[in-house]
Amino acid sequence: MFAALSPQFRSVDNVRSIVDAAAVLAVVTCGITFVLMMGSIDLSAAGVMGASALTVSLLVANNRNDNDFGFLGIVVAVLLGCAFGSLSGFALVLLKVPSFMATLGVSAIGLGVATLMFAGVQPNISDTMLESWAIERFLGFSYLAWIAAACILVGWLIQRYTRLGRYAFAIGGAEEVLTLSGVKVRPYKVAVFTFAGAFYGLGGVMVTSQLGAGLVQAGNGYDFSAITAAVVGGTLLTGGRGGVLHSAVGVLLVMVLTNGLVQVGVSPYWQGGVEGVIVVAAVAAAVIPQRRRNQVVK
Amino acid sequence: MNALEVRGLVKHYPGVKALDGVDLVVRPHEVLGLAGENGAGKSTLLKALVGLVAPDKGQILVRGEPVKLRNVVDAADHGIGMVFQEQSLVPNLTAAENIVLGSEGAAVRRGVYRWDTMRRLAQEQLDKIGSNIDPLARTDTLTFAERQMVEIAKVLRIEERSQHPPVIILDEPTSVLESKEIETLFAQIRRLREFASVVFVSHRLDEVLDVCDRVTVLRGGRSVGEVATAGAVPRELHRMMIGSTGSDDHYHGNAATPVVSEQPRLSVRGLSGRSFQDVDLDVAAGEILAIVGVHGSGREDVCRALFGAEPTTAGEIRMDGAKIELPSTRAACAAGIGYVPAERKVEGMVGSMSVAENMTLAKQKARCTGPFVAPRKQATLVDRWIRRLSIRTPRRDTAIGRLSGGNQQKVVLARWLVGGDVRLLLLDHPTRGLDIGARSEVYRLMRELASSGVATVLLADSLEEAIGMADRILVMSDGRVTAEVACPNGGKPSPLDLVKEMV
Repeated sequence: MFAALSPQFRSVDNVRSIVDAAAVLAVVTCGITFVLMMGSIDLSAAGVMGASALTVSLLVANNRNDNDFGFLGIVVAVLLGCAFGSLSGFALVLLKVPSFMATLGVSAIGLGVATLMFAGVQPNISDTMLESWAIERFLGFSYLAWIAAACILVGWLIQRYTRLGRYAFAIGGAEEVLTLSGVKVRPYKVAVFTFAGAFYGLGGVMVTSQLGAGLVQAGNGYDFSAITAAVVGGTLLTGGRGGVLHSAVGVLLVMVLTNGLVQVGVSPYWQGGVEGVIVVAAVAAAVIPQRRRNQVVK
Repeated sequence: MNALEVRGLVKHYPGVKALDGVDLVVRPHEVLGLAGENGAGKSTLLKALVGLVAPDKGQILVRGEPVKLRNVVDAADHGIGMVFQEQSLVPNLTAAENIVLGSEGAAVRRGVYRWDTMRRLAQEQLDKIGSNIDPLARTDTLTFAERQMVEIAKVLRIEERSQHPPVIILDEPTSVLESKEIETLFAQIRRLREFASVVFVSHRLDEVLDVCDRVTVLRGGRSVGEVATAGAVPRELHRMMIGSTGSDDHYHGNAATPVVSEQPRLSVRGLSGRSFQDVDLDVAAGEILAIVGVHGSGREDVCRALFGAEPTTAGEIRMDGAKIELPSTRAACAAGIGYVPAERKVEGMVGSMSVAENMTLAKQKARCTGPFVAPRKQATLVDRWIRRLSIRTPRRDTAIGRLSGGNQQKVVLARWLVGGDVRLLLLDHPTRGLDIGARSEVYRLMRELASSGVATVLLADSLEEAIGMADRILVMSDGRVTAEVACPNGGKPSPLDLVKEMV
């Protein structure tokens, strides 16, 4: 439809820009998909990404200090994401805080940590490798896009071939049954949140690469966009259905839609609202088959 | 040596003594039937045997050795496995994954799946029971009977953990199966006996007698009798289960009152909907009308339509002569129609809410003064109905989910009675999942209500029930009424008469 309305939309360049723009969202969505498959929800992406963005920008070559840890700095930022993720997980299984509240809290903690590190002066990065991620291209696509593709592949392999992935799926399907079969569910829940945290951490690093600077707001809006993309891709919020590949398709759909709207001349200010409509419509469409026989939707 | 023995097992729950010194012996290579009413302690006993319930007192011996079972895995290590009543498979995993779940062994190395190995392991289990289910099929694409085979295959995995013949517990495995599937299951059980001991639990006595070598009867948390099934008399077993000689008149036929009516209470003409066409029916005050039909006959939908829960496209409904519209369940409630749904746990009650709240759910006015709940008014009202229907509950604010099925059903029934304005009751499988004693209670209640002038439409659980209870029977087939059979006391039709109209 957009292709018909705007000749620009059809161009190879635009395909390229859609894919490049989708990279960060794809990585974050990949992580969130595992949480959603379990039937939990994760709202911590924004905070975790902010903290990771600041961490990486202060650890690689930058204008605030003399650090130049290069790749190691990226690893630390990703590990920080893991730590935040496991924090959410432990709050869920040990303190029995519902996941939406636990992760919302962790997001706030992440933003707090990021603000402390930001300390009023924006760290601009000068690390050549990290800067090159957003600029250099391989086979026409930016390095970021390739990183995203690798994440999707890894996510898919984990979902298909590891106990962690399969159990995450099973927890969303019938958690009690796992317990009855003698499976200890809680470690897997923590592991899934930790694993998702790693993806958000990487997402924060990628945003830093795009902006050339570490910002507290690096992850702004990604939590919601990622859930939208996963749901549009067919992952149920109740868990037990969907997957990484579904989500990848969802990411592309959302990006095509927002990009298409811009291309046909709709103001970008509309984007947030449109995304909101999409997610509600997608969830509504997904529950229609279950609405028969007067079942109440909570 | 006995494969499994239970000595003097005791389990208290707050306010209830679920097990009161149960003894049980399971011999190698036998099928032991476990019979008892709901609330007799069957499920607690079974849970104790697989480590889901820790007994307060008593011993469990496996091949003569006393054991402590802390969880399902413990029990499996001792060779005890259970096929649960509510199916315990993960619907969105493959059959193979479900079979090996929790004991993947070689199928998962360092957290990574070996799909080929898993498929092979699962196939081995399925081969044991001669099932040709594709191990890589998603579980929710299988039929109920197939899923049950998967469960049995899953339980048989415990053979790998212990060198001894396993003990397989089947908890009410037949409750949702069709008769042909039940035959398959029984063949399976006889096959299991070759290399295992089986404990078979069912509330259908004929099945227990059919497939078991021996029956142990539980009542009130104790073992009250043990009978070899060869030569057992069903009535004797019934008596053991209920504890008294019990009335032979299961359906309380002598309490039935002759129907006298000039004008029908409910009169339906030409009712059509998605799965039924042109349905005419009349029910008089005090009459019990049963609708029978095979699955897909549309009778459930007619019943729901009469409660405004299923859209209709044409037709006229009259109550006591006045035309009414039923666009919603709210309208039906207002018209004095009550509905007891088939899925009690899902549609019939709110499990976590109290008996009192469940009872007053539909008739809020009965417990309120103005917009506020009047606690004392509610208490008197609820207590009166608890007494009148002899509902066994510790207190009126006990969560309904903790009562036995029969008592839950009575509360659901009471919901329509507290308002005092019910004119028509729609009973959709009101005795489903209830044991004999509770059924009999529900039948008695139905008689009482009928004699007080309530008109009843009954979708019975079995043909026998329909014949036993009804004054008149409508037969439906493919969404149409195909026959109407009078069913007075003393002139009851035979099931055969009805079946030939149904198909």
